[in-house]
Formats: sequence, C-alpha cells, structure tokens
Amino acid sequence: MTQIRLTTPLTDEMVEKLRIGQQVLLNGTLYTGRDAAHKRLVDLIKQGKELPFDPKGQVIYYVGPTPAKPGKVIGSCGPTTSYRMDPYAPELYALGLKASIGKGKRSPEVIKALKQYKGVYFAAIGGAAALIAKSIKSAKVIAYPDLGAEAIHELVVEDFPVVVVNDVIGGDLYEEGIKIYAAK
Amino acid sequence: MFNNIQGLGNKHKVAGVTGRIEFTVINKISIMVRILLFIFWGIESNITAKGGTTIKTINTSVITEAVKKMCQDANFNLGNDVMEAFKKYYESEVSLTGKEILQILIKNAEIAREEQAPMCQDTGFAVVFVELGQDVRIEGGDFYEAINEGVRQGYTEGYLRKSIVSHPLERKNTGDNTPAVIHTKIVPGKNLRIIVAPKGGGSENMSAIKMLKPADGVEGVKKFVVDTIKAAGPNPCPPVVVGVGIGGTYEKAALLSKEALLRELGEKSKYPDIAKLEEELLEEINKTGVGPQGLGGKTTALAVHIEIYGAHIASLPVAVNLNCHAARHKEVVL
Repeated sequence: MTQIRLTTPLTDEMVEKLRIGQQVLLNGTLYTGRDAAHKRLVDLIKQGKELPFDPKGQVIYYVGPTPAKPGKVIGSCGPTTSYRMDPYAPELYALGLKASIGKGKRSPEVIKALKQYKGVYFAAIGGAAALIAKSIKSAKVIAYPDLGAEAIHELVVEDFPVVVVNDVIGGDLYEEGIKIYAAK
Repeated sequence: MFNNIQGLGNKHKVAGVTGRIEFTVINKISIMVRILLFIFWGIESNITAKGGTTIKTINTSVITEAVKKMCQDANFNLGNDVMEAFKKYYESEVSLTGKEILQILIKNAEIAREEQAPMCQDTGFAVVFVELGQDVRIEGGDFYEAINEGVRQGYTEGYLRKSIVSHPLERKNTGDNTPAVIHTKIVPGKNLRIIVAPKGGGSENMSAIKMLKPADGVEGVKKFVVDTIKAAGPNPCPPVVVGVGIGGTYEKAALLSKEALLRELGEKSKYPDIAKLEEELLEEINKTGVGPQGLGGKTTALAVHIEIYGAHIASLPVAVNLNCHAARHKEVVL
C-alpha cells in the first residue's frame, strides 16, 4: 500500500486530499494530550486565555507514555481510546487543529467538526507501544508536569505510522472496514 | 485444644484403676472407652503435631518481592500463548491490513521482550488474585500492604506508567499505581499462589454486565456477548480475549468474567456444554467483521473463556470482561 509522507504543521490543502484507509507517515512535531490535559485546554479556551501551544496546523496525539528509562527519549507510547476526548475535540479543531491521533470511534460531533473545520482523525495501532516509540526522536514536557503521564509533551517524530480513519468528507474507516468483513 | 484432651485423659486414668479392682461390666466399658479414647487421643495428637509442624510461614517481604517482579514481567514479556495465537490468526486472517496489524503486534511483543520495555503504554491497574492456603501463616506485617508495596516498587523501578487516581471524582494520581485490586480466596493446603494481571483501561471500559431472565437462556447469553463486542468495535484494541462470567450474583458474575481471563489462551472450560459455547461464541464474534484494531477482518477475538457458577432461580447474570491483545498475567506459588 502506498504511504503518504506528511510534515507538520499541516495545511488545509494537505488534509483535504486525505481519504480513509490511506497510510500516512507523519514527520515533525506532535503534541500529546489526553483526558486531564484536554479538560484544562478547553477550560482555558472558555476563559479566553492563551493555550500552552497554538493548535493551528498542529496534530494532537492522544497518549500517556510510560516514563523514559535512563538514556531513552521516551517510554512505550501507543494511542489511547479517542472517544474520551470527544467532548473537547471540536473546540480544538475550531481553533485550527488539523489532526488528532488515537484509536477507536469518534462521535458524530467530532466527525461534523472534521468536515466543518477541515480536519482528519488518524488511528495508530493500539498496543504497539514499544514499536511506535521507535519513531519518536525527542520528547519534552511543555505543560502540566503535575499530570505525570498526562502532561502535554512536545514530540518530534520521524515516519510515525498512522492510518486515516475519518476524513474531511465524512468517511469512516471503521464503518467501511467492518462492512466488508462482516458475515452476511 | 491439646491441653483439654490431656485433662480428659487424666480423669479417665482414675476410672481405669478402679476397674482393675472390681472388674465389673461398667469397668469393661470403661476400659473400652479408655482404649477408644487412647486411639482418638493419638489421632488427635497426631493432627495437632502434624498441623503444628506443617503450617508454613511466609514473610511479607517475600510477597512484596514476588509482586514487584510479576508487575514488570507481565508488562515486558507477553505470554507464549498470546504470541502463538497471533501467529495462528495471521495465517487465517483474510484482510491484508489485518494481517499487517497482527505482524506489527508480534514485532511489538518481540521488541518489548528484548528491551524489557512495556508492550503497551497502559501498564494497567494491578489486579492481583491470591489463593491463600489455610495452612499458611503470614508474618512481617499487613498482607495487603505487602502486595501494594510490591506494586509500588514494581511500577516505580520498572518505569511503568502510573495510571491510578486515588479518588474517582477528584482524580489525583497516586503516583505509584496503588492501590492494587486484590481478590483473595482461602484454599486447602500450604501454598500461597499469587497472580498479577495488569489490566488496561481501554478494554476494561468496554466491558459490560447484564441481568438476563432465565427464559433468555443460552441464546440470550450469546446475543449479549456478541452485542458487547460489536458495540466496543475498535475501542478495546482487538483482537481481544473475551472473559465471560455466567451465573452467581451481580458481583460474582463480574468476578468470574475476570477470572476467565486468567486462563491460558484457548484452554477450554471443563464443562463440555460450556466448552462448546466458548467455541460457538468465538466463531460468531469472528464473523462480526470488526477485525484487528477494528479496521475490518476475521480476527476480532483470540479466545473466549467462560466461567460459570450456580444462579438464583430468578436470575441469569452475564458479565463480559474484555481484554485487549496485551493479555498479561504472571503467577507464582510460594
């Protein structure tokens, strides 16, 4: 299968071309965030305050890595289940976030936000955390160190493998994939 | 207890001396009673003596060390049963993406093993099953604290993720992955068996329980299990291991479903009808099309394990506990 190589920050043009099922190798910067960090980010948006990073053109990776062993950049680093971030995601896409990476289905509200704000949702392979960590070249905590594994990290990645699950035209790879293989 | 019997014996000896002088029927009985008591006495002493010498003492420091090691071992070294299942389903999977994912999971487990790194970043809630032999005595402190200390050391020293908050609503991380969830059973014998099964949140969140009507029968059970898998879709990181508990009460069914996950993959239920149900359910689940990572395919579950228990005449509880493909558990017998 052909793989598309993309470097962040992502533009509308880059995102609009993506279709469900395409494999993408991401390069550049990703920001990590999961439940607790998302709650804080959205609280800041509601208060009209500045976020710890500008989401415009960026990609958020839903992950809480294990601590780095001495001499390592990061610990194991696979995706967490995305639906828990559904209540927060549309507001971040509205601010220009171009993609999120996780695993599992998104809500109709998120899928609508992807169409409206030109965004995509990628899946990484859940549970392949030791392997995924190999594509992470550097990591530093940029916000909320008190949250431990849930702190926001800035990751620099090389050929980080993901697949397009939801695209800008409302496609859903999970729906399509299951349809093909479900016994009639 | 021994002292009491000794006391009884002394009284009896007095009766016996009288019997030798008069030799009446009563005294004959008295001698027989004495003989019987001697035999009984002997057995009783033996039990006491035997019981006294066979009580095994285990220090809590040994328990802490064992739990610590198992927390790390379980997270670094995926069981061969799961690896074999990946390979088997790689052969039978029809989706190319599905095959690719299974291959990646094999590679991931190999890297984790080589580097002694966690196979998944969710290193889990430390679920600990204890079978405590009734002839074991624990010394050196609080038994549960010894287990929690093992979890604390295992997760901290092993660079495992601390995923536990102390209060479910306040949600402040405890910082050391405690408290563990500990299930204890008292069993005959003098062994202490400890199983550590780190459980990921993603698959735990997709688990479900339902109080069915007895009239729903086996078809109702099957429908609930398959519906749970379909609703979970990609979220629990398929291919999953499906633990099912049928019977008991509300909480018993849930516990059975978790215990079912501890079985070696593919090991069948000892009840032929339940073993058949396990097979049928696995087949049905793998027809849903969910597939590896929910991206479509034939490998949705690696195994279905069912545990059963007696049920109330009014109830048919069914619990489904899903485990992601990182089906981790290690055990030790002390």
